[in-house]
Amino acid sequence: MSRNPLSFPPSNSPWGHLLSANRRQFLARGGLSLGAVALQQLLADDARGEAEPSAAGSRAPIPMLPARAKRVIYLHMAGSPSQLDLFDYKPDLDRLHLQDAPAAFLEGKRFAFIKGVPKVLAPQFRFSRQGESGQWLSELWPHLSRVVDKLCIIRTVHTDQFNHAPAQLFVHTGSPRLGNASLGAWATYGLGSENQNLPGFVVLLSGGKTPDGGKSLWGSGFLPSVYQGVQCRTAGDPVLYLGNPGGIDRSLRREMLDTLARMNTVEFERSRDPETLTRISQYELAYRMQLAVPEVMNLAQEPEHILKLYGAQPGFVSPAESADDPRVLYKGDDPTFANNCLLARRLIENGVRFVQLYDWGWDHHGSSPGESIDETLPIKCQQIDRAISGLLTDLEQRGLLEETLVIWGGEFGRTPMLQNNVRSDFKKGFVGRDHHPFAYTMWLAGGGIRGGLAFGQTDEFGYYPVANPVSIRDLQATLLHQLGLDPHRFHYRYQGLDQRLIGPTDEGRVVNEILA
Amino acid sequence: MKPHVLVLLGILFGPRPVAAAERVEFARDVLPILSANCFPCHGPDEHDRQAGLRLDGPKSIAQARKSGVPVVPAKPEESLIWQRIVTQDPDMVMPPPSSNKLLKPAQIELIRQWIAQGGEWQRHWAFEPVRRPPGTLDDLVRQDLAGLPSPDGVLALRPRARPETLVRRLSLDLTGLPPSLEEVEAFAANPSDQAWEELVDHLLSRPQFGEHWARMWLDLARHADTKGYEKDLGRTVWPWRDWVVRALNADVSLGEFTERQLAGDLRETPSSDDLLATAFHRNTMSNDEGGTDDEEFRVAAVKDRVDTTVQVWMGLTMGCSKCHSHKYDPISHADYYRFYAIFNQTEDADRFDDNPRLELPTPEQQQRRQELQGQLELRQKDLNEARHRQAESELQGTGPWKPIAVNSGRSEGEALLTVGTDRAIAVSGQRPEKDVYILEGTLGAGRYTALRIQTLPIQQPDGQPGLGRNPADPNFVLSELNLDVVINGDLRRLSWRESRADFSQQGWPVAAAIDEDLKTGWAVSPRSRESHVAQFELKTPLVLESDTPVRITLSQQYGNSLLLAKFRLWTSDLAWGDLTLPSPSQEVEQAQKSVTEAQQQLQQLAGEIPQVPVLKELPPNRRRITRIHNRGNFLDPGDEVQPAIPSGFGPVPAVERPTRADVARWLVNAENPLTPRVWANRIWARLHGMGLVETEEDFGALGSWPVNGALLDWLAAEYRDQGWSLKKLLKAIVLSEAYRQESETNETLRQADPQNRWLSRGARYRLPAEVVRDQALAVAGLLSLKQGGAPVMPPQPAGLWRSTYNGRSWIDAEGEDRYRRGLYTYLKRTTPYPSFLMFDGGSGEVCQIRRLRTNTPLQALVTLNDPVYLEAAGGLAKRALNSAGPLEQRLRDAMRLAVLRAVSADEVAPLVQLQMRALARFKEAPAEAEALVKAARLQPGATPTPEAAAWIVISSAILNLDEFLTRN
Repeated sequence: MSRNPLSFPPSNSPWGHLLSANRRQFLARGGLSLGAVALQQLLADDARGEAEPSAAGSRAPIPMLPARAKRVIYLHMAGSPSQLDLFDYKPDLDRLHLQDAPAAFLEGKRFAFIKGVPKVLAPQFRFSRQGESGQWLSELWPHLSRVVDKLCIIRTVHTDQFNHAPAQLFVHTGSPRLGNASLGAWATYGLGSENQNLPGFVVLLSGGKTPDGGKSLWGSGFLPSVYQGVQCRTAGDPVLYLGNPGGIDRSLRREMLDTLARMNTVEFERSRDPETLTRISQYELAYRMQLAVPEVMNLAQEPEHILKLYGAQPGFVSPAESADDPRVLYKGDDPTFANNCLLARRLIENGVRFVQLYDWGWDHHGSSPGESIDETLPIKCQQIDRAISGLLTDLEQRGLLEETLVIWGGEFGRTPMLQNNVRSDFKKGFVGRDHHPFAYTMWLAGGGIRGGLAFGQTDEFGYYPVANPVSIRDLQATLLHQLGLDPHRFHYRYQGLDQRLIGPTDEGRVVNEILA
Repeated sequence: MKPHVLVLLGILFGPRPVAAAERVEFARDVLPILSANCFPCHGPDEHDRQAGLRLDGPKSIAQARKSGVPVVPAKPEESLIWQRIVTQDPDMVMPPPSSNKLLKPAQIELIRQWIAQGGEWQRHWAFEPVRRPPGTLDDLVRQDLAGLPSPDGVLALRPRARPETLVRRLSLDLTGLPPSLEEVEAFAANPSDQAWEELVDHLLSRPQFGEHWARMWLDLARHADTKGYEKDLGRTVWPWRDWVVRALNADVSLGEFTERQLAGDLRETPSSDDLLATAFHRNTMSNDEGGTDDEEFRVAAVKDRVDTTVQVWMGLTMGCSKCHSHKYDPISHADYYRFYAIFNQTEDADRFDDNPRLELPTPEQQQRRQELQGQLELRQKDLNEARHRQAESELQGTGPWKPIAVNSGRSEGEALLTVGTDRAIAVSGQRPEKDVYILEGTLGAGRYTALRIQTLPIQQPDGQPGLGRNPADPNFVLSELNLDVVINGDLRRLSWRESRADFSQQGWPVAAAIDEDLKTGWAVSPRSRESHVAQFELKTPLVLESDTPVRITLSQQYGNSLLLAKFRLWTSDLAWGDLTLPSPSQEVEQAQKSVTEAQQQLQQLAGEIPQVPVLKELPPNRRRITRIHNRGNFLDPGDEVQPAIPSGFGPVPAVERPTRADVARWLVNAENPLTPRVWANRIWARLHGMGLVETEEDFGALGSWPVNGALLDWLAAEYRDQGWSLKKLLKAIVLSEAYRQESETNETLRQADPQNRWLSRGARYRLPAEVVRDQALAVAGLLSLKQGGAPVMPPQPAGLWRSTYNGRSWIDAEGEDRYRRGLYTYLKRTTPYPSFLMFDGGSGEVCQIRRLRTNTPLQALVTLNDPVYLEAAGGLAKRALNSAGPLEQRLRDAMRLAVLRAVSADEVAPLVQLQMRALARFKEAPAEAEALVKAARLQPGATPTPEAAAWIVISSAILNLDEFLTRN
């Protein structure tokens, strides 16, 4: 056993408090005819468990810092939206529009696709000040502009990765290579789950593709695999293998589980292996999940005004979700992302610790009208604009926003230059920008973050930060801090190292300036 | 009374509950504290070292400094480190508050006790040489148990498990499959030691042994069937996986296993298997994402090879040393890149095609290819002859083209140019990389509008025709063509206007031969084995009134001897528009068609032949220079380093320029302290569910202490001294009483050894992912024992494969491939087979040293609802339906098929109840029964559907029993 108070044994399950109060509850509620002896032994076992708190109440360990946020909703726009057309207003680019990019932009830089001397590309949409805070927003945010005073917009996020998969891995696991634990895994490892019937870390996808970094983006890495994110799907079983096979209904399943529990209890009496007890309770949890997950995933229970608030449509299955190239099917009124936002609220409301949304289709190089700033970006924004403002409004009106940290952003930004390797001319449907790791925009809301704040400043071309740069590590440190986990001390011992989300060096810092 | 030697062993090894008066052991109790808290600033890393103070060695702690001596033996209060640890002065206290490190009172007390005892230094235990302790495996377990401060006599070896349990345990451990009922019965009838040994030998000799133990190796080797990252496209590595199975079944020594995989290509005359073995280190990922820097991901792959090598064999992590010198273990930043330099010399470079690759045709494919090649050769010959006939007839005829009378030719590269009677110019002799042919001839009076080159194939050394002089690539590149006329003794260069050819290679158009750029040119791959023509129009027609000397220059500057071997030159007087390319005669067309057919067949065959990525050393003239990457960043190179093996872990081979082969020899050198310990621990862990060193991945200063260090060293010595034989070590373990103990226990014993760390009972743990599935299919009578071959796709939920830009899809297998062993399931790195993932299987992205066992509701959902397990329930139900007699007896028999022991009437009482209720329900709802029977793929035969459905429910319950999912 580690000597660090924060290195919990794997029994600190994201599946709720199975090993303590729960075991007793299911015995009491499940109507099982266990022998009195067995029951006594179970209870005795609880009282003895080393890592277990007293039977009553939450088993979440005392965080090392006061927590400002209990839950996280992370909205990742896979492919990386253009900050220069959405948040970081740079009128100077208008002046240089379609002129050769200044040499200072290009010297010693590596680009993913740009070759030769590219042209500067002006903001493609109109900007105006919005809200009481007067933050600059582009015209692509008619709904977000109404809740802009809740946002802390950070314009100076920077990363050191400029290809999608490694950059996404870096944001979500703290390493551009594979094998590290994701944000949600860390959060559930540190804090457990508040709901006994739902996974503590849920992932929802939209946009028709899995993000480039794949399932490792919500993997548990070196942490035990219980902490990996559970992808909930809107088509088919919401959780893999959740549904009973045809012919087995809930009552027959109940009979089966009762039979199993009786037989496994006999096995426990023989073996005295606590894993057997855990298995009995996990089968019970599976049974409860079979009800709870479809229930929480059922948007039809939401009243009309809430559906409207998000722009959600229960049961809608977008053709883009199963297309070979979803981009050609993108429509502004596709409600898939809105549905996921509403699901995120329902999950959060039900005690899920970390809800991760990935929306694919934001890689606007301009190589075709399906991936261009001028044609695709407005469609993608339309898909998320109302949904996100609805989510923030809804969380607030339910009193959830205060304790829920909402994060929005991509894995890097996009260049102030027109990408010129596909076409050198400026043509409708072919306006694009390349990957830009040096400065881009993300925003945070709720969870103890100051709203109505524009943090950080980039130079007149939006190329580099000139004030208050925020690294990915800083963001990760801030996220953990808000959850009450000391980013520098929260670790897991693996391969001889105290592995941390923020990596081995102490350069990541909590961005105190943005805390409420 | 315990003999003296045991007391000593007890002191040397094993963190056990420490009795109050027990001595503090530096290496066990204090070194980890210093390593974690002090060495980061006062350890091996010269870069971060503070105040010039080192605390990581016996000399440095005794060395006097201005302010005192770090450790004064027996005098804590006079020792500098003690003073600095306990001071109240925040500016002085160690570790400083800024380090985020905090010593606990118990740790401080241990340091105090250690100094008070004399402050003696010891090396980290795992770096000490392996010596075999006296006694047998069982002696060492017994001694350890006897030394525990537990109620007298409580902890001792438990009696042997029941014979039925033992057979199942052994079979699952050695082959990953349950035994047959007959095997169980045979042993139960005669559970003698001799029968046990025979059973062990039998199981070790089964081909399923290699399949099961290969899984452990594939985890370590980060094996997968795709390349990883964004696109995660497929990769052919299964022949290597099959090699691993064969090698394990043949029980090749760890030495050979190591050497062939790390450096099989460096053997003097490597066999195909030697080359194939090196695919081990080609399991690294490749990034095919658009816009990636191949060098970045090549470097990442080489680092992965370095890290994996050290991790797998020595249980150390080198990862830290990528960016800075190691903080605790003796590996410096430069050591890392010296070691990296050894691995940095292979040809692979994150290429899309994963080259270099090894082609592995089956004998049938090889034969087929030979046949096709023979056919192609004949047809090509026919074609050439047909072309020749056409050309000859043109040469005789009155066509628009007239051959140029070439008088002489020379080559700048000193090749020999001869003009034949057929007017063809043939090149022989010297074969330079590049060349310029200069031909002198005469044009008679007349008008000239265009020049034509006809390239002619010659017979190449391989017997095939080919146009160029390089037999390995009989292509040519005509960089520039010039025609000069000699007028009054002066050369006058004529200009070209247009050009056309019957065929041009992509990117090498014929116009490039007259663009006055020597870097471009006309070439004809892949059709470099047949004749071609190119014609060039003069800018202004040349009108000659009498015979005039001309000079034609063919410059060929590509290199690699891509030079014309034979050609003819022609002129014409017709207008360019009339000079269409010659259309092939009917005979030529026919012959061409049949050549193309044969080529297509060959190409198709080539696509079917597996091509496995392998290691290939760069030739000395192309070796890479290796520099330190500052802070691990390959874009920030530091000093150049030469290849070297880290010292400090056994003898380093005395060679000037160590290769991968030297690394392999060093790893399995008998004096390497880590390799035998790491491997013995790993093998033990696979049988016992947990290693003697729990942190299998870390044998460094911060890893966990072995629970029974003497036993670990016994196993390590046994493994090493018995020829590094996996089978011999396994046999030694499974013959022991410690292995054969029953796993059942009682509350007192469980409390005395809660996790069974002291081996006070037989191991009991949930089976690994693949075994959970294989076992269910096996008892269902569905499992296919077919070995080897391409990976298969058993059913998984639709729509899981959604990688970006990856059109491949998962198609549920039918027939035998639906029920192959888990080892053969297609592993896509970004989307692993879900049920394995849920049972802690890995993704093959990085080296996985051990799987952390979990126990989750998602696992319950898999074994209850995954179609694989439903079909297994159908299979088991089918076997049960064959039985006759009273229900209770039939249920006992059915359960016995799965748990492989006699089942009592009491035990199946709950099943009887379930069977009756299920049957009643299905009788009421026959459609439901129908649906279930169909989903489970059960063909009930004469059995009424409701009854068959009820048996499926029963079977599913049995397959979900804790006892069934567990190895006990």
